[in-house]
Amino acid sequence: MSTMTREETEALIAEVLEVYPDKAKKDRTKHLAANDVSVEQSKKCITSNRKSLPGVMTIRGCAYAGSKGVVWGPIKDMIHISHGPVGCGQYSRAGRRNYYVGTTGVDTFGTMNFTSDFQEKDIVFGGDKKLAKLIEEVEQLFPLHKGISVQSECPIGLIGDDIESVSKKATVAIEKPVIPVRCEGFRGVSQSLGHHIANDAIRDWVLDKRDGQTYESTPYDVAIIGDYNIGGDAWATRILLEEMGLRVVAQWSGDGTIAEMMNTPKVKLNLLHCYRSMNYISRHMEEKYGIPYMEYNFFGPTKIVESCRKIAAFFDDSVKEKTEAMIARYQVMMDAIIAKYKPRLQGKKVMLYVGGLRPRHVIGAYEDLGMEVIGTGYEFAHNDDYDRTIKEMGDATLLYDDVTGFELEEFVKRLKPDMVGSGIKEKYIFQKMGIPLRQMHSWDYSGPYHGYDGFAIFARDMDIALSNPTFKNLTPPWKKVAEEEVKKAA
Amino acid sequence: MANIMIRQGEKGLTFYLPKRDLEASIESIEFDTPEKWGGELKLDNGGSYYIDPIAKPPRLPISLRAKRLGAAED
Repeated sequence: MSTMTREETEALIAEVLEVYPDKAKKDRTKHLAANDVSVEQSKKCITSNRKSLPGVMTIRGCAYAGSKGVVWGPIKDMIHISHGPVGCGQYSRAGRRNYYVGTTGVDTFGTMNFTSDFQEKDIVFGGDKKLAKLIEEVEQLFPLHKGISVQSECPIGLIGDDIESVSKKATVAIEKPVIPVRCEGFRGVSQSLGHHIANDAIRDWVLDKRDGQTYESTPYDVAIIGDYNIGGDAWATRILLEEMGLRVVAQWSGDGTIAEMMNTPKVKLNLLHCYRSMNYISRHMEEKYGIPYMEYNFFGPTKIVESCRKIAAFFDDSVKEKTEAMIARYQVMMDAIIAKYKPRLQGKKVMLYVGGLRPRHVIGAYEDLGMEVIGTGYEFAHNDDYDRTIKEMGDATLLYDDVTGFELEEFVKRLKPDMVGSGIKEKYIFQKMGIPLRQMHSWDYSGPYHGYDGFAIFARDMDIALSNPTFKNLTPPWKKVAEEEVKKAA
Repeated sequence: MANIMIRQGEKGLTFYLPKRDLEASIESIEFDTPEKWGGELKLDNGGSYYIDPIAKPPRLPISLRAKRLGAAED
């Protein structure tokens, strides 16, 4: 259903890459592709999870961002120490909008920044003593915390500090888990390795701590894995699952606690939303505890209905009945929303460039509103993500992996989408070009977008962005110059 | 030698190499009987690995040590 043919898309890629030197061109060609729905395996058409090209503007993060920012950060009743210089923790503090319930600074610590604030002397003489002192102080000042994680920044790995030994000693001293995480920023090519390291740390230091303890379980226990409660997403998901008759034991990790994580091995089914960042722990639990995991998608009514039925299939008839009743109940609300917004949004084109799961998961939600996704790409996906994306996208649409600032701008100029869905770094570039942009990382300070309630907000947000009269009055500077020249010539 | 994990996917067995975050489906397995299971694994990405034949595991997924016979083309 794409507006472009395969040849046109390929020509566009070649044209955009024209400005690069030969070596760079060769490298970047592999990361850009026209989608081919007949291909089963993405690696035949697109390469991913490779080191970014030096000299281009990439939008990727680092392993520390993946571990502290994404996986560990939202666990609200733990204190996450950014171990190293002050900047990494401070500039990423509370930026991801992981909502939680609790009294910050007393029993929850989500938006606070704890750092060991490395100085020159700590680099020269090592920072282990400082870390031990910091843990002692944390325990004194915030006695209601339930555990500490030590998130390493680059210097820790470079100077070879032994945070594991400090953590082990501190665990005994304060009688609470202290977890060293080796997520130094220089590891790996993107934040993706940070997710993996964080998952492995949870596996080794948290997950099995309550094995063998008695636990009152029900046949309907599930865990939400890989939902970071951005703008309240996990809550919008949770109410649906509870209405289906399931008991949500744990939320990983938005609005989650360390106790929930320790209880997760007791659940019957793991529901995996962000496959990229938490498939590791799901695989581990499947092998060790025999808990199956299932990927689901709670963006847009079509996908929600599909996912809910798939989840219900794991359980008995009472869950299936409740699920159907829920779907029927919300269908009325969804029909009203689609009736209101579809005529306003029908046929609009969107380009996406995000990370994690959203470049493929939100496609269904846009399609429910009659919009079309003409290009999509991930910051840090692997081949298995593109395997899943190829089926969601139309034939000959544009796919871009780890796209550079220049390429994305050029693609947007040529494809002329009605809106772009990306992050804060792209937002003002495209808005100055006269194209509305919604941040799909933080939901542009709105949300939730998951679940039925989230779809209502999603539809409204897309409408207010696209129908904003500002963009009609905004002539980009380069077009203004052209207009003046035309006038002068006349 | 590398640690790998074999999992029952929707369409047959899948192969996962945690070290490289590589997921691929297994196209063929040399031995597939209750007593003897394993041998050479051919992957759909062109790679092949060898696992020592064992009795068929009662439950998948299972983590095993595997030897790389042929690398997947990159």
